[in-house]
Amino acid sequence: MRRRAKLQTVINLLAPFLGLILVLVLFSSMPDVQSRFLRVANLKSVATQSVIVALGALGMTLVIIGGGIDLSAASNIALSSVITAYGINAGLPPLLAVLLGILTGGVVGFVNGALITRLRLVPFIITMGMMGIARGVAKWIANNQKIDAPLTWVNELMAKSPHPPWLILAPGVWLMIVLAAATAVLLRYTVFGRHVFAIGSNEAAARLCGVRTNRAKIIFYTLAGLFCGLSGVMEFSRLTVGDPTVAVGLELDIIAAVVIGGGSLSGGEGSILGSMIGVFIMAFLRNGCTMMGWPNYIQEIIIGVIIVAAVSLDQVRHRRPT
Amino acid sequence: MTSAPADVPALEMRGVAKRFGATVALEAVDFILRPGDVHALLGENGAGKSTLVKILSGALRPDRGEMRLDGRPYHPADPLHGRRSGVSMIYQELNLAPHLTVEENVVLGTEVHAGGFLKRRDVRKRIKDTLDFLHHPEIALDIPVRRLSVGARQIVEICRAIMDKARILVMDEPTSSLTREDTERLFQVIGKLKTEGVSIIYISHFLEEVREVADAYTILRDGKNVGSGRMAGTTLDEIIQLMVGRTIADLFPRLEHERGEVALALNNLKGLRMAGPVNLELHRGEILGLAGLIGAGRTETLRTIFGLDARVDGLVEIEGIKALKVKPWHMISLGLGLLSEDRQGEGLALSRSLTDNITLSRLRPYRKFGFLSLKKRSQAALQWMGELKIKAQGSGQAVASLSGGNQQKAALARLLHQDADVLLLDEPTRGIDVLSKAQIYEWMSRLAGRGKGILFVSSYFPELLGVCDRIAVFFRGQVVDVRPAAAWSDESMMAAATTGRA
Repeated sequence: MRRRAKLQTVINLLAPFLGLILVLVLFSSMPDVQSRFLRVANLKSVATQSVIVALGALGMTLVIIGGGIDLSAASNIALSSVITAYGINAGLPPLLAVLLGILTGGVVGFVNGALITRLRLVPFIITMGMMGIARGVAKWIANNQKIDAPLTWVNELMAKSPHPPWLILAPGVWLMIVLAAATAVLLRYTVFGRHVFAIGSNEAAARLCGVRTNRAKIIFYTLAGLFCGLSGVMEFSRLTVGDPTVAVGLELDIIAAVVIGGGSLSGGEGSILGSMIGVFIMAFLRNGCTMMGWPNYIQEIIIGVIIVAAVSLDQVRHRRPT
Repeated sequence: MTSAPADVPALEMRGVAKRFGATVALEAVDFILRPGDVHALLGENGAGKSTLVKILSGALRPDRGEMRLDGRPYHPADPLHGRRSGVSMIYQELNLAPHLTVEENVVLGTEVHAGGFLKRRDVRKRIKDTLDFLHHPEIALDIPVRRLSVGARQIVEICRAIMDKARILVMDEPTSSLTREDTERLFQVIGKLKTEGVSIIYISHFLEEVREVADAYTILRDGKNVGSGRMAGTTLDEIIQLMVGRTIADLFPRLEHERGEVALALNNLKGLRMAGPVNLELHRGEILGLAGLIGAGRTETLRTIFGLDARVDGLVEIEGIKALKVKPWHMISLGLGLLSEDRQGEGLALSRSLTDNITLSRLRPYRKFGFLSLKKRSQAALQWMGELKIKAQGSGQAVASLSGGNQQKAALARLLHQDADVLLLDEPTRGIDVLSKAQIYEWMSRLAGRGKGILFVSSYFPELLGVCDRIAVFFRGQVVDVRPAAAWSDESMMAAATTGRA
């Protein structure tokens, strides 16, 4: 009995990796690309490409575990990138502009959380509204164009060959790794993390047990916003301009990553490790498909299939014990 | 925590009043709880029990009135405050987060931490000790609560309350989904808590059980305390009379009905979730009770008959005709109707109107050229609401806003509107008030009089004995024995249900 339970834990731990391994094996066995696919340069490039979605997914994981959803993530990324560019262009010190960009994301998240708890409307509606508002404000500030900004160290954050070469990976990638670890610790080892799970699992029970549910919700929406803000800074770093039309539809990629990684849209379930694996499954798929020279629509179909397959596998895995 | 001298009540509520808009929920209620007492709080649904208890827990603030705990004034600001003052609730809808583990649930809201980081070791030891104390050491700390049985989940809640050093425990319908066996174990736990000086407020609709476990009682009716006293020396009839405000001449009204032809026959039926094989015959004009412990396969049998669970082997015959396609839509067309045990989850579309719910299973009469005649449909619904005395503002009212008893009557009205010949009723009286129960019993009897056949699943033996013509007792997925109700007793049914020997 105990051995079976242990086996179950091992399976549950490994299951998310299986998808990723499958994708890696698939492409590294394709004769056309195998020589290039697993090469360090390519891995570095995939890691860098993943940063923007990954940062968004960290916050989205918190929100989804807490039983919510954030449809404004991508608009928030665009708005934050515009604000960062605007700040640098206006002559602010780059660090200040970066902080301003991150803060913008946090404010959007805070407003999401405050409206959800005050108006008692479902997060889907509130964040769908915010999706439009943030995008509109971004276009307004940018005067419906791209904002050019002089090159600074901020643009090094996403450089595939980082400036001090001993860094190996772009600073943004390191930032992603550190923040992923920190968020995982937050979820697993702190009171706040436990409350996020409790709220997503049974909000009424959490409230009756004295968990300050509204406060916790505002906090995790704000955190999600801050992650989007940082993601926006990375977007600016990559593009070197603030583009208000960037990242359209990216919120669905972010949600897909969390869901592929075992997050449940009804709350109470999900993990940072899973979500990160979800991010990389999608990133490697895109990368592999591009290398194969497959058209874009093939990628879209494959990713669609993966989402449905991953979630149904996850359900089967959960149903078994009872 | 020191316990107060015996003459100081553990809890004293004086003149507690609460109104919601124009509705008076509580009108100057007094309630006094002695230390170490199990005090039954009784009353029909809507009598004000939940309001009173919510005020006690801190979930609601009273408009007027005073509360004292062990003689000291008590004004809880919120449930957490109540919990910290020693008042814990064990709610009807279990108050646990299903994805969280036993440990995580027990400490939820009171986690021990250093700078926000959890400290678990001491807490785990204390939880283990508490579970031992409750005679449930088999409950593991690291499994998600959703994998536990309902009985075990309740123990987890009680464990949480004890860890909070609760002095007063409020149990709201704690046994409504427990087996008789788990109920016995719960009563042992309650006995243990009493020896520790914990006082318990016990809310239940199972009056026989209340008599067994409670020392004192308070009865609420229409927001007023209509009677308090010691349980010893009080009869059930007196209590029922106080609850409904008039004598129910007979809790189990029996109208004449006569047994006719076989309406439904099960031949070696086996289902995906039912062990079987089950052989049963239900006649027209007969109420056949299915008794047994929870998990004995009664619900699963009904679901297999109705086609909600897949049939693996055997036959279902209706009026002597083999049902070939066992699917709900087909069984309905053959004259079967099922009332689900899970009223809220499966039985009713809660957000929809009474009309929608009552007419859903037979919309054909209102169809003209593919369109529904909404007027005729709501007229039909109104007629059944009148027949079943469903209290509502109108047929357009959402079912969610009705009391449990009225919801259940709406679910029954659907089967009546459907004009089902064979009714499969799964726990039709669970968690509803005495008056609604009596009305449902009366309707069952009336339907039998009209030649309908009824399969009646219940975990509550007295109602089976009071209502049924014959009773089949289930044990581990099979029928132990079928006898006329008069040939069964509480004890013999219990014996058959727990041992599998008739």
